[in-house]
Amino acid sequence: MYEVIAFYLFAALTIAMFTIVVMSKNALYAMSALAGGMIFISGFFFLLDAEFLGVVQIVVYSGAIMALYAFGMMFFDTTRDVSEKMRSKKIAYTLFVLSAILMVVILSAPLVSSSVQANFPIVEHVGNVQMIGLVLFTKYLIPFELAAIMLLVAMIAGIVLASKKMDEHLNIEDEEIGNVKESR
Amino acid sequence: MFDTAVIIETVVKAVIVVAVIAALAGFATFIERKVLAFMQRRLGPMHVGPYGLLQLAADGIKLFTKEDIIPQNAIKPIFMIAPVIAATTAFVAMAAVPYFPEFTLFGYTIHPIISDINVALLYVMGVASVGIYGPLLAGMSSANKWSLLGAARAVVQMLSFEVVSGLSVLAPIMMIGSLSLIDINDAQTGGIGDWLIWKQPLAFVLFAIAGFMETNRAPFDTVEFEAEIVAGYATEYSGMRWGLFFIGEYANMITISVLVSIIFMGGYNAFWFIPGGLMMLLKVSFWIFLFLWVRAAWPHVRPDQLMWVCWKVLMPLSVVNIVITGFALL
Repeated sequence: MYEVIAFYLFAALTIAMFTIVVMSKNALYAMSALAGGMIFISGFFFLLDAEFLGVVQIVVYSGAIMALYAFGMMFFDTTRDVSEKMRSKKIAYTLFVLSAILMVVILSAPLVSSSVQANFPIVEHVGNVQMIGLVLFTKYLIPFELAAIMLLVAMIAGIVLASKKMDEHLNIEDEEIGNVKESR
Repeated sequence: MFDTAVIIETVVKAVIVVAVIAALAGFATFIERKVLAFMQRRLGPMHVGPYGLLQLAADGIKLFTKEDIIPQNAIKPIFMIAPVIAATTAFVAMAAVPYFPEFTLFGYTIHPIISDINVALLYVMGVASVGIYGPLLAGMSSANKWSLLGAARAVVQMLSFEVVSGLSVLAPIMMIGSLSLIDINDAQTGGIGDWLIWKQPLAFVLFAIAGFMETNRAPFDTVEFEAEIVAGYATEYSGMRWGLFFIGEYANMITISVLVSIIFMGGYNAFWFIPGGLMMLLKVSFWIFLFLWVRAAWPHVRPDQLMWVCWKVLMPLSVVNIVITGFALL
């Protein structure tokens, strides 16, 4: 019974949070609701005994949304509402139709879910972390390595883009302080 | 899976942890003033009660009865919820922390941990890092330049220390092979020679430094440094909302102290003739004292120095430490 209560609580909270993300015109509301929603999603993982994934959900998304906040801080005045211009009605109608179809698919999902079999069922006395490690390094080794290479490429690209002043220190050098003092 | 008895036991434990830690966090503010006073050859609070002990109650009454001011241009809901986030995340992180060895009370075995999940270490660190949302949201919703600067520093600091604390704690995890804090504690049962601090001295130092950054303590208190940005993110706050930030900060200090004691300093294992529970209290008290000692002894660093030391010194050191540990384990 408690599982059901917890599930409906988290479900309602998640939907409410993501509704705020989409509907709100204020960047700060949207980002805070996004962070809240992501953290509430981790509740589902904990309910399914997938603690590792739940914690990873919290860690990864809290860091990622932190970066979004930083962008928001740099580019907007987050205390003001953002005026949205939505001219094209075609996009709106297409999205309405698509989300209606998606709704039907989600609601009819329980019809097929009874015949779904777990690819890697839970083994007793083997922890979450060990199972994920085993699956990642045997069955899904190549996708895992590919993801690692993509991340490496992204990191190198980031360094190249930001490397215009790579040979200078981030902090103020003693010489510069000396120069300032001399010029006074 | 969920039994009514388990639910009741968990709720009772959670209430006890919140009550005790909140009281201890309040008491820590008094201890901090006393310790700083002794280190600076002052007396500290002396007038209220014997030896100034009731100063704590006086401060509490003041904070609770002070007017709760919300600035006109602030974004009200977020401004109001930010201190609550700072305090709750600090307490939520404690759900997976074991404090004492298990004991029997009235014939009922009690495990002094709210929920024994097998990824406890990752959980505590993840939730504690969510706590930086408190200062961030407070700074961004206050409509005040000083607060915004504080929030910007919070982001920078969080993105820097997170890498160091995660990587530094990876080496001990590799040696033990489990993320559960109870397993980590049980791996160090054989007296002081088994403490991980002797096998992982570098990881210990790095994790301690990252802990100071995570709790915004001096010398890394860039988020709220008075001489540079007034009170940082807390500039516009007053009364109990301001107090909640500091309950969160001191609760985080206690969490970090418990984590360091468990991972590197033998946890709650009995030592010589001292029982395990007392040993834990002694270690945590020592770490709280160290936090205050460092604040009295060292000057504050600039944010750029903090980033420099994180990315160019601490992170390479922790990666080297992981590589060495890996080779040693092979």
